[in-house]
Amino acid sequence: MKKITIDPITRLEGHGKIEIFLDDKGNCARACLQIPELRGFEKFAEGRAAEEMPRITTMICGVCPTAHHIAATKTLDDLFKVEPTSAAKKIRELMYNAFQAEDHILHFVFLGGPDFIVGPSAPAAERNVLGVIGKVGLEAGGKVIEMRKRMRNVLRIIGGKPVMPTCGLPGGVSKQISEEERKTIIEAGEYGVEFCKFALQLFDDVVLKNKEYVDLVTGDVYSHKTYYMGLVDENNKVNFYDGQIRVVDPNGKEYVKFKVQNYLDHIREHVEPWTYVRFSYLKNIGWKGFVDGKESGVFRVAPLARLNASDGMATPLAQEAYEKMYKILGGKPVHSTLAFHWARLVEALSASERVLELAKDPEITSDDIVNLPTETPKEGMGVVEAPRGTLIHHYQTDERGVITKANLIVATQNNSAAINMSVEKAAKSLIKKGKVPEGILNMIEMAFRAYDPCHACATHSLTGRMPLEVNVYDFQGELVKTLTTME
Amino acid sequence: MAKPKVAFYWCASCGGCEETVVDLNEDILKVADAVDIVLWPVALDFKRKDVEALKDGEIAVSFINGAVRLEEQEEMVKLLRQKSGLVIAFGACAHLGGIPGLGNFWDRDTIFQRVYKEVPTVENPKGIVPQEKTKIKEGELTLPEFYDTVKTVAQTVDVDYYLPGCPPPPDLIMKAVTAILKGELPEKGAVLAPNKALCDTCPRAESKPEKLSIAEIKRPWQIKLDPEKCFLAQGVICMGPATRTGCGETCIRANQPCRGCFGPVDGVVDQGAKALSMIASILGLEGEEKMTDEEVKKLIDGIVDPAGTFYRFSLASSLLRRKRME
Repeated sequence: MKKITIDPITRLEGHGKIEIFLDDKGNCARACLQIPELRGFEKFAEGRAAEEMPRITTMICGVCPTAHHIAATKTLDDLFKVEPTSAAKKIRELMYNAFQAEDHILHFVFLGGPDFIVGPSAPAAERNVLGVIGKVGLEAGGKVIEMRKRMRNVLRIIGGKPVMPTCGLPGGVSKQISEEERKTIIEAGEYGVEFCKFALQLFDDVVLKNKEYVDLVTGDVYSHKTYYMGLVDENNKVNFYDGQIRVVDPNGKEYVKFKVQNYLDHIREHVEPWTYVRFSYLKNIGWKGFVDGKESGVFRVAPLARLNASDGMATPLAQEAYEKMYKILGGKPVHSTLAFHWARLVEALSASERVLELAKDPEITSDDIVNLPTETPKEGMGVVEAPRGTLIHHYQTDERGVITKANLIVATQNNSAAINMSVEKAAKSLIKKGKVPEGILNMIEMAFRAYDPCHACATHSLTGRMPLEVNVYDFQGELVKTLTTME
Repeated sequence: MAKPKVAFYWCASCGGCEETVVDLNEDILKVADAVDIVLWPVALDFKRKDVEALKDGEIAVSFINGAVRLEEQEEMVKLLRQKSGLVIAFGACAHLGGIPGLGNFWDRDTIFQRVYKEVPTVENPKGIVPQEKTKIKEGELTLPEFYDTVKTVAQTVDVDYYLPGCPPPPDLIMKAVTAILKGELPEKGAVLAPNKALCDTCPRAESKPEKLSIAEIKRPWQIKLDPEKCFLAQGVICMGPATRTGCGETCIRANQPCRGCFGPVDGVVDQGAKALSMIASILGLEGEEKMTDEEVKKLIDGIVDPAGTFYRFSLASSLLRRKRME
């Protein structure tokens, strides 16, 4: 049997590799995305003071530290049974939306952008951020740096620094926003809204007019009929910061809606011996393997899943963009993995609008930023929508508030079964009779890049493509062919 | 003249050190212009074999972030050492072990037990844990070995300089790069940040009393944190006195106490021990002689997690290094 290895940097990097096995006819029999990386935060949380979790779990991911910071902070609210002040909730939500917007835009330009702006079959040498700038112009390229800088400055204002920010306390936040800082944040929000409008227009002009890409979006290679999960507010609108977890079935019908405190009734994880990542599934449907459909407990999270799981966006411009997306893609739910890119832009716009709304709220500069806890801590759970999906923290403590047990359901873990399925589906569609066409590299990259998976910070490639190498071995394990994305 | 070759590599890390480089914004273009990057996995496609093909010492400088936890990380760090004139341990994990170093309170099996068998969401009746080799119907899959102990880069190879912080701030990165390009580097082994304690540059320095005394430890959620007053003077544990400055006091400015990510100043071997002795020397200073043993114990018990507080970032590099293996 032949084995094909797709390795981000030739067996060295600990952030993800793909193994593809061919059957005796030379067709793909199985594809596995392996995550050769584990740090074990669930264990080394034990013994820590609970209030330090927002400052420890940020180091799970330097790309999305704000997601862990806020998830941990909300878990402390629940743990200490303290309601944050109204202003504190708004400050947190403001920070969170600024983060959501800049992170989505980073993906749009640097990672996903090359696929859909430059085009999926453009030469590899052009399929990168420079290719994107070449296509959209230098002025637009400058706007991107400016957008990211301004939104990350909002994180700096509230949390001290954009990588590993800190402001969360049970019952509130540690720092008040000054009137002058508020002005800076309003400007960032305005810039963000304009930028996202521009980005959506660009998507219209460049992507939707590219038949090749539209065919891929609407075709079968990247489609999976799965359950979808996302946080919604009381009107079932997408909310990144708070709300209930809603799951819809592959037909788009609400399957269940629950509070994070009940997550154990609904989510389970499966372990495989060949990877360090765990695979989430819906407990009451069950683990049926790496398959889609209504009978399989596999669900998806992140932008498209959130939109599928909601009844719309909470902000006006994003709602328009949402309606347009579903109209063009033929109604809800959309199963195409590549539509994650579009949904990500709709969300970036929504997050920017929300930054602006909150920054203009007179209460945002209030000095009433924390309620001190009075209850004895025991157990708490918290949830946010990380850019890459639903993120849950769960702590148990002794009466001093020292962690005895911790559990973390990290966003990409929720998508990990689906990512594996997408990779396998792409491999099965493209590898026939032992032929491994050159184009498979980017086609497979596209299958998982749409999810913006965070276990592989390796996919946060500045050149907009993950360096890949495919080695084709014969029955004896002799290397017969090597393909790389670098030509 | 040929541009100096530079490598940027990650081990057990989170991507935050890469983000902080991107946070150089426009300055990143200046750096890219002045050097020839031969390895940067997050951004550019160069392979191990390209590094192997270089002459020994041909890379002018390798910046290595992340702690060393997997077999393949150790191999790569050794290879980069061989090929590089200078090795710079970049960021708290490479420098001190960082947060992944907290894993040294346990070992591989205990971590696996928790992560794959115990957590309440895992459904794993057969007790499966990841294996270095797995046979599936279609063939064999391999994973790199997961070590019991997290090591720093300096515990793995000879290190020339350290860029501290979680993450190193962009201004210190630019200063270090400029110093390298101009050949104006300090003595080998130096930490490329000011040799002063955080307290010396803290915006709240003036509110730090001449003689500090803590009558009762306050956890950050037990009081309304004063945004201008020294944390220790409020009874809140702050690692400022035992931590090197250069971070821009970012956490303090967000009204949160220091947690020590920059490591100690020159000459201090063990940051945790230094912090512990500093706290011990100011705890219950007023009326110490009148306190009963019980009162002393109660006062000390206010620090609920001494190891995780004083060794938050430096456990792997400390004299303790790890919990004893049984």
